[in-house]
Amino acid sequence: MATSIMQNRMFSSDSRAKPELAPVSAETLVKWLLIFLSAAFLVVMLILPLILVGAEALSKGWEAYVAALAEPFAQKALLLTVEATVIAVLLNTVFGVASAWLLTKFDFRGKAVLGSLIDLPFAISPVVAGLFFIMLFGRMSPFYPTLQAYHAAVVFAVPGIILATVFVTFPFITRELVPVMEAQGRSEEEAAATMGAGGWTIFRYVTLPNIKWGLIYGIILCTARAMGEFGAVSVVSGHIRGKTNTLPLHIEILYNEYNFTAAFAVASILVFIAILILVLRNMVEWRTQNRRIQRQRPH
Amino acid sequence: MGSASKVIPGYRFTQGVTFFYISLILLLPLAAFVLFATGMGWEKFIGKAFEYRILHGYLVSFACALAAAIINGIFGLILAWVLVRYEFPGKRIMDGLIDLPFALPTAVAGIALTTLYVETGWLGQFFYAIGLPSAFSVLGITIALIFVGIPFVTRSVQPVLKDLEPEIEEAAALLGAGKWLTFRKVIFPELTAPLLTGFALAFARGIGEYGSVVFIAGNTPFETEIAPLLIMTELEQFDYQAAAAIAIVMMAISFLILLSINGYQRYRIREQGV
Amino acid sequence: MSVGGRKIDASGASARTRTSMSVGGQKEVASMAYEVELKNINKHYGDFKASDQVNFGVERGRLIGLLGPSGSGKTTILRMIAGLETPDSGDILIAGERVNELAPGKRGIGFVFQNYALFRHMTVRENIGFGLKVQKESKSRIRERVDELTRLIGLDKFADRYPMQLSGGQRQRVAFARALAPSPRLLLLDEPFAAIDAKVRKELRGWLRETIHKLGITSIFVTHDQDEAVEVADDIIITNRGRVEQAGTPLEIYRKPHTPFVADFIGESVHVPDYTVFKGFSARGGSEHPGIIRPEFIEIGLDDREIAMPLAAEHGIVRAAYFRGSNVGIDVEVKGQILKAARSLEKVPLQEGDEALVLIHRILSFEGGQAKTIANQSKRKESVVI
Repeated sequence: MATSIMQNRMFSSDSRAKPELAPVSAETLVKWLLIFLSAAFLVVMLILPLILVGAEALSKGWEAYVAALAEPFAQKALLLTVEATVIAVLLNTVFGVASAWLLTKFDFRGKAVLGSLIDLPFAISPVVAGLFFIMLFGRMSPFYPTLQAYHAAVVFAVPGIILATVFVTFPFITRELVPVMEAQGRSEEEAAATMGAGGWTIFRYVTLPNIKWGLIYGIILCTARAMGEFGAVSVVSGHIRGKTNTLPLHIEILYNEYNFTAAFAVASILVFIAILILVLRNMVEWRTQNRRIQRQRPH
Repeated sequence: MGSASKVIPGYRFTQGVTFFYISLILLLPLAAFVLFATGMGWEKFIGKAFEYRILHGYLVSFACALAAAIINGIFGLILAWVLVRYEFPGKRIMDGLIDLPFALPTAVAGIALTTLYVETGWLGQFFYAIGLPSAFSVLGITIALIFVGIPFVTRSVQPVLKDLEPEIEEAAALLGAGKWLTFRKVIFPELTAPLLTGFALAFARGIGEYGSVVFIAGNTPFETEIAPLLIMTELEQFDYQAAAAIAIVMMAISFLILLSINGYQRYRIREQGV
Repeated sequence: MSVGGRKIDASGASARTRTSMSVGGQKEVASMAYEVELKNINKHYGDFKASDQVNFGVERGRLIGLLGPSGSGKTTILRMIAGLETPDSGDILIAGERVNELAPGKRGIGFVFQNYALFRHMTVRENIGFGLKVQKESKSRIRERVDELTRLIGLDKFADRYPMQLSGGQRQRVAFARALAPSPRLLLLDEPFAAIDAKVRKELRGWLRETIHKLGITSIFVTHDQDEAVEVADDIIITNRGRVEQAGTPLEIYRKPHTPFVADFIGESVHVPDYTVFKGFSARGGSEHPGIIRPEFIEIGLDDREIAMPLAAEHGIVRAAYFRGSNVGIDVEVKGQILKAARSLEKVPLQEGDEALVLIHRILSFEGGQAKTIANQSKRKESVVI
């Protein structure tokens, strides 16, 4: 019995050679069975829905598709989605970098608590998150009279949508950066500090180039979630067409009105962005992995 | 706060930014919620949170999330194994595709899955043919939650499997263990921790999931109403107390799941030094 | 150099080149002349005492080795001098000025980290120039200085490479040059040779010693390797459990260890519970007579012809003999105790079970906690072995 590594190697050469020559071993059978099972699962669960979105969107022809996208409410929803996403990602990037720096470059009491606090939105249902903001700014809030007096609406208005989006996406960048920065340690920053470099200089010239890809990765994930957020935004939006509707909410309205073609047409934009995000994500990952391999290569 | 010297600059600044932001975005809304919820009183809370229709909602959410997490546990393990151990054409695409549920807005997933699984849908016709209603049923909810949870288990198990030292398996092989025995006795025990983590994350996510589920659920009272939907319903009727009561129970369930997994991991580290 | 208030003569014994300032007899004058001085330094990490009343001073231009087992507090001392850690109490003086509150970047020190901490995405040139860039030096000045330093470390041809493309020894030299670039008055090196293969390490040790002496910069390096400390340093400071055990030139420390720990840590030491059992060593009062015997205290011979004074020698039985490259190590049993000896390769080889004559020239004793060298009284004249 050869060792497993040898068998794996034999495996891969087997798969490249003509199968009819070698008698099919149980292990090759298991391998292809598992690959088939995986592929089938992913095709049914992930690829079919994607194809369906495209097919439904174009089911009434190209003109209907374009018309659905050109419709003013769809345009408004797209704009609001972009607005909320950009603001949420910008704020969360600043916060993500600052909190990751705090968590990895310093030791202080309460660090573990802070870490779990940042993770909290992951454990909370988006609907509940939306509820938080209703409680804070809605009718039963202690701030409500003040807000009313200034005619400032947060809930059932754009600020509420942005806040809810920020809330559900805020752990992403910190989560991505902390392991990367932890692995890199503090010594490069310490070395720069012993040479008299200030905080911004250290970040700009020493830390940022090291965490660049991790940061981009985090921003991509944060963007994906921000533009697609549904539950939390749904609670705080009040579903006012042309005012507080984001793309996902707009899709819901169209769908519930049995305007399926339009719903899928709008959805196809989000599918397109999602695929773009996946491709970007994989390019970033591929890049960092390649660099890691380069680093591991002996001199 | 800390006693060690802060050699690297930026402690005060990052601390300031972090605490300010967390207070504003996280703690303030949380406090508002807690304030409101504690003002409700026990009796009202019990009355609102454990009404029969709402209890049924927890049950549906819990059971469907559990079933979906189990199925994702099985397929997630297979996917991780296939992606780490085998070479085959299309592997990179398969690997990239796993994260689709993270990237695709849940509402899009929701309407796509519903259209697929209704009686006339591409996949629904097969289910309905054998008498299984695959849309507007618990089965439909479970299908949507499987979709949402696919990446969790795979992405937890994958790195651990990749870092597993080949020497362990080689040692087992040299001792005469067959492949299946080696997997069961040598590899699988190493994977239980990430498997459980992924399972718990998928489970917790499933309980709170809303967007992908509402469309396919059908939302029939006492049948396919999920807990997050009940919060929405209460909000639409301006019964904020009931919404808060349901939210508290849901949060408690989520935290319990995550905490017990955390506790188990800690126990393993202490007892087995894993 | 003074330790814990005791004055130790470090000026006469070293034969190496030095640029130190002469130290006057009075204490105040002496403390003014120190480039670095630590006064009553204490540092705790929780219950762990990393520094316990640490006192020492380093004269300008000296190359100091901080030597001790891991966990003895030597790296903590180095990091406190650099400002990377803050002492709980006590003063750190650089060039006579208290620097406790001064940021690391303002202390005029260069620091070489254990794993070099090179900026991985910067080239050799950018790494070395970083300190000058931070100080807002002109581009031409930076270029000039970097060229000078890459030449000094012999890497002028590699100036545009990244750290990952260099070997361990090359990286170490880049870290060294980077620390030197802003012309610090003090150079601190944390285990500078730890991450390098054995062979390159040997070469680098000599190179580092010579370069530091050529530049005349006051330097302190941390090591757990006694050979390294002895070979590279002008003076050695031995730390143990957060305390300074002894300071002095390598030769002094070797010949006159002050504490059992130092005697044990330096050289190859065999403990004997009672040295009075051996011929030529009698009790000097007290009831216990523990001592240490090192291989170089012992002469081992096959018969009378090989030993200078056979009458003073003990009879022993060879228990093990092992080739060690430059000599043969021998475990020999004398009076029921295994002693370690070394024998030249040129002599007739001894084998397990052979009877041999063992002449013990000296023993280190620790009666009353004081280390003392006791000569074999059966011999008329003392012969110096070291």
